Formats: sequence, structure tokens, C-alpha cells
Amino acid sequence: MTSTTISRIRQNQIAQLIASGKRLDGRGLTDYRPIQIETGMIEKAEGSARVRLGKTEVMVGIKIDIGEPFSDRPNEGVLTTNAEFVPLASPEFEAGPPGEDSVELARVVDRGIRESKAVDLEKLCIIPGKKVFILFIDIYVLNHDGNLIDASALAALAALTNTKIFKYEVKEGEVKIKPGFEELPLVNFPVAVTLADIDGKLVVDPWLDEEEVMNARLTISFDKDGKICAMQKGGSGTLSPQQIIEAVRIAREKSEELRKLVVKKA
Amino acid sequence: MSKKIKLVDENGVRTDGRKPDELRPIKLEVGILSNADGSAYIEQGKNKILAAVYGPREVHPRHLALPDRALLRCRYHMAPFSVQERKSPAPSRREIELSKVIREALEPAIFLERFPRTSIDLFIEVLQADGGTRAAGVTVASLALADAGMPMRDLVVACAAGKADGYIILDLNDIEDKEGTADVPVAYMPSLDAVALLQMDGQLTPEEFEQAFNLALEGCKRIYELQKQALKAKYLAIKEAVEEVVEEK
Repeated sequence: MTSTTISRIRQNQIAQLIASGKRLDGRGLTDYRPIQIETGMIEKAEGSARVRLGKTEVMVGIKIDIGEPFSDRPNEGVLTTNAEFVPLASPEFEAGPPGEDSVELARVVDRGIRESKAVDLEKLCIIPGKKVFILFIDIYVLNHDGNLIDASALAALAALTNTKIFKYEVKEGEVKIKPGFEELPLVNFPVAVTLADIDGKLVVDPWLDEEEVMNARLTISFDKDGKICAMQKGGSGTLSPQQIIEAVRIAREKSEELRKLVVKKA
Repeated sequence: MSKKIKLVDENGVRTDGRKPDELRPIKLEVGILSNADGSAYIEQGKNKILAAVYGPREVHPRHLALPDRALLRCRYHMAPFSVQERKSPAPSRREIELSKVIREALEPAIFLERFPRTSIDLFIEVLQADGGTRAAGVTVASLALADAGMPMRDLVVACAAGKADGYIILDLNDIEDKEGTADVPVAYMPSLDAVALLQMDGQLTPEEFEQAFNLALEGCKRIYELQKQALKAKYLAIKEAVEEVVEEK
């Protein structure tokens, strides 16, 4: 992500501690920061959630609209994901059109949801080829202290679990909205786990200072059955093939822990 | 979703006649644009992609210059006529993301610290797309960088693997990419055993991922040999041209 310059001394301190299996904030190498999840705080949105991952804070709001399907998928609703790096969240964020970091964040979160087929899009079809529900997932970064991908993916999933769709009826080809709501057809629960490589060691959930020091990061999204549904390497370093296999193993375990925070029934 | 198309038949033969672990035919050319400091061209299946490098040169706008290394900028762009339905020439969100991951795949290969306060600008133009353009884009871009004489730790080579109809397959074409079960593009520096780009979409068990990942690395190693040949071919051509002139005298 964008660089907040941190001193060489601190960089060395972080890297040296990690080499000996410790972290500056006292966590173990595979520990997440404390996670808090709230849902449904935005009454005007069809779904909402706020995730605090240590000091990182992300809100996701879900709005639903009626529109036209894509011509190659006439029987499916439309899912779109957008991420805003709100300027109040970091001295590095500026107002204006989305930069490549926010485009990447939105697309990685989107990939996890889409590829795990989390939302049954066929059930969001109203009139095939003409009218479908459009699901807008808007990621709002409120405070940036590292690992925005995992916080955003978790917030998006939490928001999807409390999303309600308005009831409707079709009269003479027109869609009329009726009072009352139905549950969103949510059938899978993707969770993203990000690991950073710092001097050859893998750490889970890098915070901002660790992101400054890391060579590269790898995000792996798992669906509810333990299948991988999305991956993204980031950062301008490299990973060894052995590290990647190791990262998959760690991420699979961590993904189960994270999912339990959001999905009580699964 | 109903699957209409059979991507791999019962004999393990793919839609374009390939075996599961077979690459598409690849043609590489180096040094083909006269204005660029370095350039290269790749054909991989029906993919046709040009890459050009300008720099190291002065950074515009100046405030972007880095005090301790060169700024690598990368633009992956698809021509409007490169796909079935015309693509708007304005950069899409996909192109913005791909430009970023391709840049991050090439940065670790270049000794950027040798050229502080300069920029190295890399342009990748997809003239025709047939699946796997980001991988082919990385392969051709690293040749263009080498052609520009950039000091590099290794060539970066990329290839995708994935899954379709239960088979783990190498180098997905357009239809396999769109209709298949999963796609895993990988960029690799073979002599450093370092992975510089890794993405995945679709659904794979961890075991299937490992198989696909290893197959992609195998594909990378094969394309790496073609890359080296293409670089050497350019210098052989120059050598022959020089020798001809000498003989005439």
C-alpha cells in the first residue's frame, strides 16, 4: 500500500523481532489482531457492517437496486464491488478517482465473493433478460492501519449476512415494490487471509508498519468447504514456491477461525 | 449453471487439440520498435502482444521521482479491437489492477537502485486477446526490458495453469479461462526460484492448487528457454549482418 515512511531503526526492529518469532505488538506470527464486528448499524442500507481489526477500521454498506442484467447472463442478478479510500482514514489518502490500490482491494474482495458463488445470483433475477436486482457492495475504509483486504472481506461478508431484499410483485411487466423484506440468498461464506513475507518469515495479518517492511504479501480466500476461491500476491518482492504452499496451509486454518466470527450457524 | 461446452474430452484432448500439460505455440521477437529503448512481441496461441520500454529517463511529473531508485511505471492496455465486443479504450478496473500486478512482478527483477531519480516506463499493448494475456504480457515485457539493456537479476516469465472438466491444464486459452473451473496465473524467475506474481480465481482444493501451481512453474521453465533463444536470436542477427559487411570489404 502507499508508503508512510517509517524510520530505518523501526524497520530493523520489526524485521529482527520477526526473525526470532516475535512481533512488535506482542502477537505471535500467525495471530490476528483483536477483531470486532458489528452489523446493521446503517438503517438506510439493505445491509451493513463495521469491522475493527486492531486499529484498522472498515465499513461496508450494501445497497440494492433494480436494473438490467448483463447480456451474457440474462438470468442472473448483478454484483458490483467498489472501495473508497476515504481521506479521513490516512494521511496518505487523497480525495479523487480511485487509485490502483483501491481498485485492487475492491477486485480482490469481489473475486472471493464471486468465485465462491456466495450470493445465488440466479435468485436475484426478476424478469429474465430485463429486470434483475443489482447488489452494490461499497467498502469504506475509515482508518488504515494495515491489512485492508482481510478487514474489508470480513466486513463485506458480515454485511451480506444481514442484507435484506425488499419484496416485490410483477404486474404487466412492471416491478412493484411491496412492504416487507426477504433474506438475501447467501449460500457461501468466503474469508480472505493475508500473509506478509518479512525477511523470509511469514506473518499473518500485517499491520501498517509491517506492510512497510514486507517484501510481498499473499492473500488467499477460502470458501466454507475449505476450497481456495481467490488469491492475490501483492508488493514488489517475491515468494518462494515452498512459502506459497506453507501460506496456503496457514491461511486455511486461520480462515476457519475468522468465519466463525461472522457465521454462527455454519 | 449448465455447462454446454466440453473443454476436455474423454481422451484428455482440449478444444484446440492440446494435451492437458501442453503449451500453445509461442513466437517471440525482440527489438522490433525503433523508437523504444527496448521492445518485444509475443504470439501465444491467438494472443498478439507488444511491449515497449522507455527509460531510464527524467520523471514527469518530477515530484514522483524517488531519491534512491528508479520509478517503474507499467501500463497494461487492450486495444479496442482485441476482443469480440469492442472494448472502450479508457482503462478499465481490470486493466488498472493488471498494470499493478505486472509492475509488481517485474520490479523485483530490475536493479532499480542503479538509476535513482529516473523513471522506466513500460507499455504493454494487447493487440489481440485469447486468454492468459497478463502472463504473456509479463513474458514479453521482461524481454523488452532486457532488450533495453536493463540490468536484471533474471528474466521474468509467466504462465497460467488451471482446471477444466476435472483436468489440471496448462496455459488456458480464452474459452478455458472463461468457462473453466479455475485459473492460476504465475510469474517466476527460474534461476532465483522466486515467484513474482500469483493470482487465482475459481475453485480449487489446496491439493489441486498445488498441482496447478507446479504445472504453471513447469510451463514457465519451458517458456524461459524460448525467451533466452529470442534474446540470443537478435544478437545473432546483428552479428551476421556485421560479418556480411566485413566480408564485402
